[in-house]
Amino acid sequence: MALQRREKSSPEIPTGSMADIVFLLLVFFLVTTTMNQDKGIGMHLPPPGESKKIQKKNICNLWVNVNGEILINLEQNIPLNQLRADIEQRLAQNDKLIISLKADEETPYEKFIDVLDEVKLSGADKISLASPSE
Amino acid sequence: MNFRKKGNVAQSIPTGSMADITFLLLIFFMVSTVFVRFRVSGIIMPKAEKIEELKKRRHINYLWVSADRKIYIDDKLADLDQVAGIFYDRRVKDPRMVVSLKCDYRAPYGLISSVMEELRKADALRINFATNREG
Repeated sequence: MALQRREKSSPEIPTGSMADIVFLLLVFFLVTTTMNQDKGIGMHLPPPGESKKIQKKNICNLWVNVNGEILINLEQNIPLNQLRADIEQRLAQNDKLIISLKADEETPYEKFIDVLDEVKLSGADKISLASPSE
Repeated sequence: MNFRKKGNVAQSIPTGSMADITFLLLIFFMVSTVFVRFRVSGIIMPKAEKIEELKKRRHINYLWVSADRKIYIDDKLADLDQVAGIFYDRRVKDPRMVVSLKCDYRAPYGLISSVMEELRKADALRINFATNREG
């Protein structure tokens, strides 16, 4: 009996096109990817109906009008680039200071955010957002 | 004169590790990719410096205010008086909910303030004024 030697078949998975497939996937992810984009200025709103009596000396009122002009404590007009330093100074004098930010009904959101950003940058953590009708 | 044939030097770039490099890149992009869930066109957000990133995406709810005073919740148009009801239900389901306010830079503050009042009624107190990074 003549036993014929079987031909050995190679049990390898063909990997030649692997790079192509991976490149295809890579291009898909490159095109669709957007890095974490949820960012912004975080705030905590007070619960409804909550009102506390605060001493006048512990409040610093900031008013932003339609043109983005800032009025501090209803007496002094202050440019945006000086606001941070001014609040830092006030906070250094009184660490219980609450910044009450109020904007006009028609003030563009951008102006409000500019002021809020400066207030946050000054290190103030007690910020109150007053509604325009108050 | 004797012109000798020069020996052939292989000039191919080694591509053996190409697949490995590509896999590495692929894994990086797969891990860092986040798909945009909702998009409202025409809204340009303002820029700010002191911003923080919101980490847990599943707690984030989106509220959009366009320049033409329209309110969208996720990406559906809504009225101001619907805001409290919708967010109250969501707040009950997810107590750690954060509302990301994506407002156009031209939107009037009065409307945004009213939206915030509605959110207070719904006890959705954690908010985030969505902005882009300055510069």
